[in-house]
Amino acid sequence: MRHFVIVAILVLVMAALTYIGLDAAGLMPVEASAQAASVDWLWNLEVIAISFLFALIIVPVFYSLIVFRRRKGETGDGEHIEGNTPLEITWTVIPLFIVLGFAYLGAYSLGETRRVDPQAMEIKVTAQQFAWTFEYPDYGVVSKELYLPEGKQVILKMQSRDVIHSFWVPEFRIKQDIVPGRTTEYRITPTLVGGYKVRCAELCGASHAYMQADIQVVSQADFDTWMAARQEEALAAANTPEGRGEALVAQNGCLGCHSIDGSANQGPTWLGLFGSQVQLSDGSVVTADEAFITESILKPQAKIVAGFETVQMPVYEFSEEQLADIIAYLSTLK
Amino acid sequence: MKNMKPVWRGLLLLLIGGVIGFAVGLGLDALVAGRLDFTAPLAGLFTLLGSVTAFFFGLVGYRGVTRGLVWQIIGTLVGGFFVTAIRALMGLPTFGGFFFTEPAWVFGGLVGALSFVAGVGAVTDWFKWAKGEETSDHHEDAPGWQKYFGVSLDHKVIGIQYTLTAIAVMGFGGIFALIFRTELASSQLQFLTTTFRAFDQNGLQLYNTLMSLHGMLMIVSILLGIAGVMNYLVPLLLGAQDMAFPRLNAFSFWIAVPAAVLLLSALFLGGFDTGWTGYPPLSTRSPVGIQMFFLGVFVAGWSSTLGALNLLATVVRMRAKGMTAFRMPIFVWAAIATSLISLTATQLIGLSFQLVMFQRLLDMGFFDAARGGNPVLFQHLFWFYSHPAVYVFVLPGLGVISELLPVFVRKPLFGYRWVAMSSLGIALVGFLVWAHHMFTSGMNESLRVPFMYSTLLVAVPTGVKFFSWVATLWKGKIDTPTPMLFVLGGIIVFLLGGLTGPPNATVSTDLHLHDTYFIVGHFHDTMFGGYIFPFFAALYYWFPKATGRRMSEKLGKLHFWMMTPSFLVLTLAMMRVGLLGMRRRIADYDAALGFDLSHLIMTIAAYLIFISVVILPYKIIHSMKHGEKAENNLWNSRSPEWQVPSPMPVHNYDRAFEVVGEPYDYGLPGSKYVEFVKNKANK
Repeated sequence: MRHFVIVAILVLVMAALTYIGLDAAGLMPVEASAQAASVDWLWNLEVIAISFLFALIIVPVFYSLIVFRRRKGETGDGEHIEGNTPLEITWTVIPLFIVLGFAYLGAYSLGETRRVDPQAMEIKVTAQQFAWTFEYPDYGVVSKELYLPEGKQVILKMQSRDVIHSFWVPEFRIKQDIVPGRTTEYRITPTLVGGYKVRCAELCGASHAYMQADIQVVSQADFDTWMAARQEEALAAANTPEGRGEALVAQNGCLGCHSIDGSANQGPTWLGLFGSQVQLSDGSVVTADEAFITESILKPQAKIVAGFETVQMPVYEFSEEQLADIIAYLSTLK
Repeated sequence: MKNMKPVWRGLLLLLIGGVIGFAVGLGLDALVAGRLDFTAPLAGLFTLLGSVTAFFFGLVGYRGVTRGLVWQIIGTLVGGFFVTAIRALMGLPTFGGFFFTEPAWVFGGLVGALSFVAGVGAVTDWFKWAKGEETSDHHEDAPGWQKYFGVSLDHKVIGIQYTLTAIAVMGFGGIFALIFRTELASSQLQFLTTTFRAFDQNGLQLYNTLMSLHGMLMIVSILLGIAGVMNYLVPLLLGAQDMAFPRLNAFSFWIAVPAAVLLLSALFLGGFDTGWTGYPPLSTRSPVGIQMFFLGVFVAGWSSTLGALNLLATVVRMRAKGMTAFRMPIFVWAAIATSLISLTATQLIGLSFQLVMFQRLLDMGFFDAARGGNPVLFQHLFWFYSHPAVYVFVLPGLGVISELLPVFVRKPLFGYRWVAMSSLGIALVGFLVWAHHMFTSGMNESLRVPFMYSTLLVAVPTGVKFFSWVATLWKGKIDTPTPMLFVLGGIIVFLLGGLTGPPNATVSTDLHLHDTYFIVGHFHDTMFGGYIFPFFAALYYWFPKATGRRMSEKLGKLHFWMMTPSFLVLTLAMMRVGLLGMRRRIADYDAALGFDLSHLIMTIAAYLIFISVVILPYKIIHSMKHGEKAENNLWNSRSPEWQVPSPMPVHNYDRAFEVVGEPYDYGLPGSKYVEFVKNKANK
């Protein structure tokens, strides 16, 4: 009996210490959405349960190892205890109710994260290897960054151009895969102004690690200002070939593989590309003129730049005018 | 060279064979490409095949595994050229960037795997029977260690063959892990950069290949390891002379060897960047390496399925007199539960991979959304096996824990029937939980809550095991030699794995945790606690039974005390960075996240684990010759295999035994589990 009392006290102390320790360690990132709050609420309950169960097993194990250890010279066996059916039933039935309880709480918490605001602003998200594109249909704006107004629910309608991707912002907690051939939804209500990053959470190929985009959660006023500026830019860009080209490049996610600042990536950089001499994988050298760039977009495998033999660029289709716009944009990258 | 020690002869030939293999691969590639390319994938592949084959040639000569490997190489080339010839006749392209075209590699790989089993001699008796020839019931094995490198029908030899192969495959998987763990030690790319080139892959692609192969090689290693322990032990525990189907047993083992070769060949044929899960559409876009991966897993699946069938038949038909269901050793219950899953679920991973193979080879659009296919269907098929599979991996290990605890605590296993039934409970509930891997996948939303309920139910029988183990320890007389240390380590590590499971089962928290390092830490805890620790416990515990000598206690304790703290640090750090936003399967992470120090610590811990495990092969070889003699009941166990001298005689027990009591009645004076009958066994 004495053993049971000591162990019971130690279990409670250990459980409390474990929970305090885990809580103080700051396990989760900043909570930046309404949905995160209900996830964290359940998570905290689970940490309490984990702390208690951890103590419940670990304390008697170490207690037994110390108190019931074989001392030097001892030879005999332990007590002949074969089992105890009421005890076995107890530790089957009580955990059964605990897990059923957690399943209920899990369903409740899931329901909270799925709360629908019919006024939610719709944003179209396109995922592709290895870039994100965001389109605001209400404003006719396409962006590489995701701007979100604070305190307003948005619904992201997400599509993939190639393989499965997953939209994850750790500070928002929620994660949703994007599957080719269908549209998946992601509802979020940002609650904390700040800069975040969406990162692809489903392995999508070689540069998966770098598939990310900036997210800015801003006040409604700042959002409106930003949006007005983007709309003006879009109007101005539509009047010049290089502006239209830049928009096409953004819409098609080309910058997921090609940098415009000379840095290394899955595809050759575009900085200073137009008009330069390019070494091909078969050893020959060509000039990157209109013909070469057109061919490289429409038939990417026809001529492979040296050093990029292992990469398969997808085939894109553009009209002649669109190609001219893109080339006009490329020629500005000097 | 005749007078050299076989090991040195093997290592010398390994170098020579590697050079010859490189030259052959280079030559074949040059014939097609028209120029010498020293980084040609074929040259790499043939270097591996040549060196391994030559090593075994030096070790045992042209027999057994050597002949199997030679036949596999020839079979692959014959199959490949056959398809190439048909393609030539049809006017299709004949050779590609990896020498053969993809269909030729797939067909060649399959022919090669079948040629291996024919070459090694695992199907010879069946062919003789088909021709109406008689074969003897037993084959005389070669004396000494050489018998392990050829076909044997003795379950003990096969068990050891499985175990050694598992350790070899674990070595490859471990080295691959260290390579990419080193790359992760700090943010940015250090050596696996975009300009790095090996086996036709840049650094990022090679990172993904190594990461994916680490996963699947470790899975295959675990399957081989549990098959090894079950093969060696179950007939001994049952009092049987052998497994029910000795030839099927040999076939099950030997088919796994070419499967491992196929998996490794994926590294050289462009690799694959999908992870071990091989989700389409990504896997339909990967290089030809993915086909070798699919084929390797497909073939390894035969080994698993047939082995499970054999084990179940053995348990049903070959128990000693008096061994009723609840008087079987507890490990046998675990083996039954595991085999039920292997026998009925393995087909689904084979099927899902086969469908992607066919989508690539024959342009069938199973998972192509543009043609009415469904990428999420693959995930259902895949996880229908791959979730229960984790119970295949851990149930035998949990069985080892339950089997060894009473011996070292000197007390009966607490609640034997409950522990036995909990294994079956985990196996059955395990079939109903697969979609918890898909909470974020975009599957029908109404499926998420039911799968959350079923998944959480697994915690109940698992809890029964933990509580029963704790109650077994209570008021015992606990002794802690090396095997017991690994048992206790297994309990604690598996506890961490178990407790971090439910947050992944409740949907809303999983939406955060899914595909992060939290999951990576969680399942490494379950795999180490449920397999690695018990596997080492079993190795230290039954090594004297197999060899008549024991492994060094000093080195064993060093192994334990080096591995356990490092491992706890590794997985706890994994879970911590995962919660804070570290995704899994990435080669690089943003320095702004502040994970550099954590990753450095993880990398150091991984190296310590590797060093502690590397002592193992040395210990095995050294102890076989120089270990302390241990021919009697070293651990003072009641189990039948310890009632006869070690090492075990070729045909197991000279005299049959009868079960006359409970298996774990330690502390009950005068009680016995088995009694040997007086007259010679009438087998």
